[in-house]
Amino acid sequence: MSTTRATPAAPPGGPAGRPAGRGEPDRHRWRNRLHRFDMRYTPYLLVAPFFLLFLVFGLFPIIFNGVVALRHWRLDDPTLTGWAGAANFEKLLTDDDFWNALYNTFGIFLLSTVPQLTLALVIASVLNRRLRAQTWFRVGVLLPYVTPITASTLVFAVVFARDTGVANWVLSVLHLAGDEPIDWRSAKWSSWTVLATMVNWKWIGYNALLYLAAMQSIPRDIYEAAAVDGAGVWRQLWRITVPMIRPVVIFTVVLSTIGGLQLFTEPMLLEQNAQAATGGANGEWQTIAQLIYKVGWKDLNLGYAAAMSWGLFLIIVVVSALNALITNRLGGGKR
Amino acid sequence: MSGTTITPQAPRRRNRRRGALSGRAPADTPGSVWNYLFLSLVILFSAFPLYWMLVIATSTDAALARIPPQVVPGDQLLTNLREVFSMQDVYFVQSLANSAIVSSVVTVAVLFFCSLAGFAFAKLRFKGRNALMVIVILTLTVPNQLGVVALYIVMGKIGWNGTLLAVIVPGLVSAFGVFYMRQFILEAVPDELVEAARIDGATTMRIYASVVLPAVRPALAVLGLLTFVGTWNDFQWPLITLNGTDYPTSMVALSDLASGNYVLYRRVLAGALVATIPLLIMLFIGGRQIVRGIMEGAIKS
Repeated sequence: MSTTRATPAAPPGGPAGRPAGRGEPDRHRWRNRLHRFDMRYTPYLLVAPFFLLFLVFGLFPIIFNGVVALRHWRLDDPTLTGWAGAANFEKLLTDDDFWNALYNTFGIFLLSTVPQLTLALVIASVLNRRLRAQTWFRVGVLLPYVTPITASTLVFAVVFARDTGVANWVLSVLHLAGDEPIDWRSAKWSSWTVLATMVNWKWIGYNALLYLAAMQSIPRDIYEAAAVDGAGVWRQLWRITVPMIRPVVIFTVVLSTIGGLQLFTEPMLLEQNAQAATGGANGEWQTIAQLIYKVGWKDLNLGYAAAMSWGLFLIIVVVSALNALITNRLGGGKR
Repeated sequence: MSGTTITPQAPRRRNRRRGALSGRAPADTPGSVWNYLFLSLVILFSAFPLYWMLVIATSTDAALARIPPQVVPGDQLLTNLREVFSMQDVYFVQSLANSAIVSSVVTVAVLFFCSLAGFAFAKLRFKGRNALMVIVILTLTVPNQLGVVALYIVMGKIGWNGTLLAVIVPGLVSAFGVFYMRQFILEAVPDELVEAARIDGATTMRIYASVVLPAVRPALAVLGLLTFVGTWNDFQWPLITLNGTDYPTSMVALSDLASGNYVLYRRVLAGALVATIPLLIMLFIGGRQIVRGIMEGAIKS
């Protein structure tokens, strides 16, 4: 700043002037206050939409679900909304449909989770090699992920038709079929197999990518050391890779537990008359989520459906915890 | 190193050293023929239902009843499509439009709200930040689906059941989105940049618009693709709240098509094909990003 320029007389409160004298011009005080307000409160405004919407449409319904479960709440008779106490839950305990659905859900869940995660692991370890067209393969395994379950289930429903389905045709060509074509929808084992196939098809690639991501961060020296000690490919996979990516394995186990126990679309659309939600003529493959839909929106008994969903919730929590524990052990975590 | 000679130049990367005995890390092993064969089978298995959808959607009823089955696409696609689109009580055209509306609105909203919240959690200081972030992470593990009965009642009270609002509004934010954006912003936006912008007198929103948003574009692309695909494919809640109305989403319309005692699968799957194509296009355009997004999400969670 040259001294030749005389200090201009700042007009009081003028737009261009620096604060003259002692008193800050109003504008600055205002800006200051604005700044402090901005620093202190804007963050809350930024996170508010999430919490507001979550409270209203996420948390509140789950809590309110508890209230509904303790009441009579029928869609066909709105006057019947009295207090039911534990009646809905007591009914649950002796409801054959519920236990049958629970049995089915677990059966399908086991049939799908185990092969799904094992295969995903193998695919991931192959994808982890130096490959040509790597991206192409990775995108390829995601085809099922972007295909609507609704659409793929309908395809599988045709593939597993009794008389005209490709599945039976392939089996007969391979001479694996008996004298009669398999009626996939008529027994538990066969319908469970069909549903597990659908679930596996949908999620193997996705899980493989999760595993691949974790595998890429394993230090390479470890493999070298193992190879020097004479460990083969499979030994390396089970002894090094799996333990090293254990957190992701646990993550996928929990994820597929939550997903598997809520299985809905596949069992719904395997049925010829989808919206009846019966899961087979005798409930061969009716899952809990499907039963909740049937009780709530076909039998119009929302109170009882709410009780069922609480039951399902508890089961999911318990199974997830157990799963995490077991996976942790298997991976060699705690001895 | 136990040798007496001191190598003046250490090997640049340890895994480059390969003696007669030393092995290779899997990531350095070139894929063998078997690997390619195996992966090709996996891709074939992945693509099979899509292909079969095409076969059925292009066939006649007679062709579908034949054994051995027809294994190549037929030439009846237009006929089947015309039938789907002209079914009065299924509103298929309307349902596609609805799916497009729902998915687009939800995607834009998720991108906006989640990047805002992610920014706040990653770069701003405020009381209760950590506690609130824990809540976000906890909500990731609670399946919202378990509240559907009550959600249906709530929507009934506000009068939204049967309208697209019932599907759109609960989807406007996502805990996964907040988490994902926060992780990305933590790394992609240097603190110094935020500080510098502050000193220049930028407001928080100004910083969001001119510093954060440009930096998170890749993450927005990934989250956008994942959200769009997820919303388009959602079935249970739309079925509950929109079933039997004139405003189904395409997934609900498909299940309508597939309900009844005499289902024409060529017709249903022609519809399914149409409802799947937008997603295949997305995978085609954004496949790389989707893969990267899923893999990044895995490491950090």
